[in-house]
Amino acid sequence: MAILVDEGTRVLVQGITGSQGSFHAGQCLAYGTKISGGVTPGRGGQTHLGLPVWDTVEQAVAASPVDATMIYVPPAGAADAILEAIAAEIKLIICITEGIPVQDMLRVRVALDRSESILIGPNCPGVITPDACKIGIMPGPIHRRGSVGIVSRSGTLTYEAVAQTTALGMGQSTSVGIGGDPIKGLDFIDVLERFLADPETESIIMIGEIGGSSEVDAAYFLRDHKIRKPVVALVAGATAPPGRRMGHAGAVISGGNDTAAAKMDILRSAGVRIAPSPAALGTTLEALLKGA
Amino acid sequence: MNIHEYQAKDLLRSFGVPVPPGVAVGSPAEAREAARQLDSGVVVVKAQIHAGGRGAGRYVGEPACGGVRLVKTPEDAQHAAFEMLDRVLVTKQTGPEGRLVRKLYIEAGSAIEHEYYLSILLDREARRIVIVASSEGGMSIEDVAAEKPESIHKSWIDPTIGLSDHQSRDLAVKLGFTGKQIAAFAAIVRSAYTAFTTLDASLLEVNPLALTKDGALVVLDAKMSFDENGLFRHANVRALRDPDEEDPREQEAARFGLSYVGLDGTIGCMVNGAGLAMATMDIINSEGESPANFLDVGGGASREKVAAAFRILLADPNVEGVLVNIFGGIMRCDIIAEAVVSASREVGLHVPLVVRLAGTNVEEGMALIENSGLDVTVASDLADAARKIVAAVRARRAA
Repeated sequence: MAILVDEGTRVLVQGITGSQGSFHAGQCLAYGTKISGGVTPGRGGQTHLGLPVWDTVEQAVAASPVDATMIYVPPAGAADAILEAIAAEIKLIICITEGIPVQDMLRVRVALDRSESILIGPNCPGVITPDACKIGIMPGPIHRRGSVGIVSRSGTLTYEAVAQTTALGMGQSTSVGIGGDPIKGLDFIDVLERFLADPETESIIMIGEIGGSSEVDAAYFLRDHKIRKPVVALVAGATAPPGRRMGHAGAVISGGNDTAAAKMDILRSAGVRIAPSPAALGTTLEALLKGA
Repeated sequence: MNIHEYQAKDLLRSFGVPVPPGVAVGSPAEAREAARQLDSGVVVVKAQIHAGGRGAGRYVGEPACGGVRLVKTPEDAQHAAFEMLDRVLVTKQTGPEGRLVRKLYIEAGSAIEHEYYLSILLDREARRIVIVASSEGGMSIEDVAAEKPESIHKSWIDPTIGLSDHQSRDLAVKLGFTGKQIAAFAAIVRSAYTAFTTLDASLLEVNPLALTKDGALVVLDAKMSFDENGLFRHANVRALRDPDEEDPREQEAARFGLSYVGLDGTIGCMVNGAGLAMATMDIINSEGESPANFLDVGGGASREKVAAAFRILLADPNVEGVLVNIFGGIMRCDIIAEAVVSASREVGLHVPLVVRLAGTNVEEGMALIENSGLDVTVASDLADAARKIVAAVRARRAA
C-alpha cells in the first residue's frame, strides 16, 4: 500500500533540461521511477535522458498519462510551473524548488484549493515509497521498504529518520518531505491522515521545527483521531533565537506557541513520544514499539 | 531584509502615502541645513538604526539623551545631531550592546491630535495577507493587544481579488473615522497595500499613523521588511541593504549565498539543510556547550562555497571548535571533504575539528579526510559528533 506514490505512478519532470532537473531525473530513473517525459518551454521535440521533452504540460499530458509531476524550475518561474500543472489537472504535484516568493505561493494556494490537485512542497526533498517510486532529491540507497511513515519539514532531518529506521530494520512505508516554506501544499495533518489510514504504516515519525502552528494542529489532530498509531516527534530549533529566520523561510519564532518547547509540550500532551535528540529518532520509536 | 525608517518613508512616499517632508543626514552640518530647508517650526531628529524603541532608548554615556529629539531651530538640530551621531544607542530591541548611529532623519514636526496603528503582513495560518489597524497607536501593538484588544481590527485579503476599498472603509469606521477621513484612511491603506505587494514586502508597519490638528493623516514612523525570496526581482530594494546593520560574518556568508545566522556560543557549525542545522545546534546545547552560529551550506553547494563557509567559521574569534555535519543527498560528501581539507590547509586549522559525513559518496569523503594528514576527528553519527566536539573543546580549554 504505502501512500501517495507506488510502483504504478507515472511521473513528468518540469524543468527536466536544467542541471538540477536533469541530475535528479536521472537519479529517479535509476531508482526505478516510471518517468514519462519532461517539459522545458522552447525545447519541445527534443529527447533528454532518453525521454521526450515537451513545450507545455498540456502537450505532455495529452501524449501519455501522467499521475504526478516533479518541478525543478528556478524560483522566478516555479509558481507558474505549479499553476501550469494544476491547469493540466495533474493529481500530485511535487515542487522541489527553494526560494519561491511567498506572494507567488499565496496565489498558487488559492488555485490549489479550487482544484483536485495535491501539492507537496515547495522547498522540499520530495516523496519516496522505497523500492517502488522515488520523486525528489533524497539519496535512494538509505531507504528500505518497511512499516514507518515519515513526514518532515526538513530535508536532511528526514534522511536522519530514514537512515536510523533502516539501520534498526524497521524501514519506511513512505517518506514525505513537506518542505520548509510558510505557504505550502500538504501539511502534517494531511500526511498523518493518510498514514493513519494506510495498513502498511504501523508507526509514524514526524519532524517539525520552530515557526507557525502546523505541529500544534497535528497534535490536536492526532489526539482527536479515532485511529491510533505510535508516533514519535522531533521539533528542531530549541536553541534558535526569536525573530531570526533559520534558513527555511518558515522557520522564525514570531511569538506565541511557535517555539520548539511549546510545540513539544503540546505534542507530548497529545500522546506523542518526543525524541530527546535528532540522533535518537529510531531508538525512541523502537522503545515505544516495545512498550518501554 | 530590513531597511531604515527614512528608506521606508521614501518608498511609501513614492507610492503616494502621505509622509511629512524629511531628509536623511550624516553630519551635524547637514542636519542644520536640512532643518533650515524644512523651515517647519518644530523639527524631529531621529536616529536611524534597524531597531525599534528609539524614543525610549538611551545613548551610552548620555543617559539624558534619547534616539528621537524635538528641536526648534537649525542650530538646535545641529547640536542634537552632534550628540546623536557616531554614538551607541541602546533600546529594548538592540540588546545591551546597542547600535552605532551613523545616520539621522531630519523631519518636519507634526501637531498630533491622535495616534493610530496600521500594519500589513502575512498571516501564514490564514494563508492570506492581513491588514491590522488600531485606534491605539504610538505604543507597541503587543502592548495594545494585551491592554485594549478590542481596539485591534483585521481584514484578510484574497490574493486573487486583491484589496477592495470597502475593506479599508470598514477598518476606517471601526477605528472611529468619520466624514472625509474615511476616504483619506482608505487611500492610505490602498497605497500601502500596493507598495507591500509590488515590492514583495513581508512586513509594513506604520506606528503611529497620526491625525494632525488640522485634520490630515500622516505617517510618523514606518518600518518595512522584505521577503528574501522576492528580492531577485527588486533591484531598487536590494540597493537599500545597509551592511553596517548586519553581522559582518553574515555579510560575508551572504556574498557566497550561504544561509548564516551569528550566535554567541563557541562551537562553529557547518551543516547541510536548515532542519539538520537547527538540530545540530540543539544537540550541541544539550551536550552543555552552545553553537557559535547557524550555517546551512545548502543542497548543491560548490567547493568554493563550502570553503568560504569553512573560512568564515575559522575566522570567528569566538569559535573554539568546529563541527561539520553533512547528510549528503544532493550534496556529495566527497565535495565537502575536499573543501574542508583544502580550506583547513589554506587558513590553518587552529581549533579542534570533528567531521560527520553520511549519505551520498560517504566512503570517498571519509577516505579524503583520513588521508589528508590533518588532525580531524571523525564521528559516526550526530550524537557521536556532538559528544566529540564538546569533549575536544573542553579538553582544549583545560589545557
